Amino acid sequence: MKPQVVIIGAGHGGVQVAASLREAGFDGTIVLLSDEQTLPYQKPPLSKGYLQGKQTDEAILFRSPAYYDANGISLRLGVQAARILPEEKQVITGTGERIPYTQLVLATGAANRLLRVPGADAADIGYLRNLTDARRIGERLAQAQRVAIIGGGFIGLELAALAVEKGKQVTVIEAQQRLMERVLPAMLSDVFQAVHERQGVSLFLKSGVEAIEAAETGGHLIQVSTGQTVAADCILAGIGVIPETTLAMNAGIACENGILVNEYQQTSAPDIYAIGDCANHHNPYAGCRLRLESVQNAVDQAKTAVAHMTGHPVAYQAVPWFWTNQYHLKLQMAGLSAGYDQAVVRGDTATEKFSVYYYKNGRLIGVDSLNRPADHLNARKLLSAGITPDPAQLADTAFNLNNLLA
Amino acid sequence: MPKVTYIETSGKEHLVELPLGATLMEGAVQHDVKGIVAECGGSCMCATCHMYVDEAFLDLLPVMEEEEDEMLGGASAERRANSRLGCQVRVSGALYGLIVRIPEKQ
Repeated sequence: MKPQVVIIGAGHGGVQVAASLREAGFDGTIVLLSDEQTLPYQKPPLSKGYLQGKQTDEAILFRSPAYYDANGISLRLGVQAARILPEEKQVITGTGERIPYTQLVLATGAANRLLRVPGADAADIGYLRNLTDARRIGERLAQAQRVAIIGGGFIGLELAALAVEKGKQVTVIEAQQRLMERVLPAMLSDVFQAVHERQGVSLFLKSGVEAIEAAETGGHLIQVSTGQTVAADCILAGIGVIPETTLAMNAGIACENGILVNEYQQTSAPDIYAIGDCANHHNPYAGCRLRLESVQNAVDQAKTAVAHMTGHPVAYQAVPWFWTNQYHLKLQMAGLSAGYDQAVVRGDTATEKFSVYYYKNGRLIGVDSLNRPADHLNARKLLSAGITPDPAQLADTAFNLNNLLA
Repeated sequence: MPKVTYIETSGKEHLVELPLGATLMEGAVQHDVKGIVAECGGSCMCATCHMYVDEAFLDLLPVMEEEEDEMLGGASAERRANSRLGCQVRVSGALYGLIVRIPEKQ
């Protein structure tokens, strides 16, 4: 029998596995399972161009409808993987079908963390994870005037910017004391806070949600921990995600904050790999185990898994990068800056156009670029090559950082 | 619908019909043109949909924004006068018959 790779999940990682297998000359069969009904599509535009109406359903597809057949990829839409039998090397679907595999890739992603406070269920809170969610949020925004967003992280703030652009009255409620606190230093959080406030967003920081009630006049009343009440016609939340590990755990695969993988994306079960949001890996840029929720990580781990499957193993060592777009602000992050002991600014912090370079023990570990895309591209190359610029070179914007790569 | 020819570095050509308003990047990725990576999916974030556009069409393309200009400065392959990021070029009727070449690296 020819080898058969089965991929569970058709997001960025899953689709990349299929494409990379064919590019590597794999001539076995490829089965790509998606529990959604639509052709695989890109996720980042959902909170941006798609909900803005700038990108259509067709524009966000990864590949043309003909691509899968043309490349011998058996794309099975609307199919739920219910169980994995590692001993028999089979996946059982929700309808009881048994799909054999020689190698299995878990690209199951993550699910939204749900707000658990009194009244939350009845409030029909909108969470954004997939195309169905995006369509629903779009419909609800169209009918709402007052929009409350719980969570001041990337997703919450991208939705806030989107709602402002649609002319809504927007409130953001965030538990930490500043926006995107988990990933950004104060100087960048402050820029985003100032811009959101200038755009008319009401920010409640250091504020939890205690309960949600139905208002007598229609809509919802959100009881905030500071004692205030926020009235809203529509509530959206972006309060983090939980890795999808149920299938793996039920199959006896080792999990701890995600599915545990080694540097080749192998799980504890033979011939089963995990990639993307669900994969807990040792990241060389962090120096510890973690999960990354990003397109970059999904795509690069897909390539790492395929390299191993096709007999050319290379340990995962891609530079992490992320981005967010809010209004005219374009923030691009390279590397992982957690634990930095020195930050050097390139550009003028008063202009909303600057980059922050983070050092730890004298070594460059991460760079955040605000509206300075060339710095970001350069930073990824510096980090990948292990080059640490002199702080004086950074501060001099006339110095071309690409010279360091020559 | 505008027809665009993509030429890979190997010389392989793809004649692709694009709906009005689609981007050159979308057409390339969806039709499996090799050498277009488009890591960020069209957000002008990664400069991996770099293309060389037929000179005859340069003036008919949408104007390049500062953002794209800066990103192109960091593209992996040589930047030329006819370099564009595919995700920033939406096709119009004026681009019928456009030819784009894919650089050797992204």
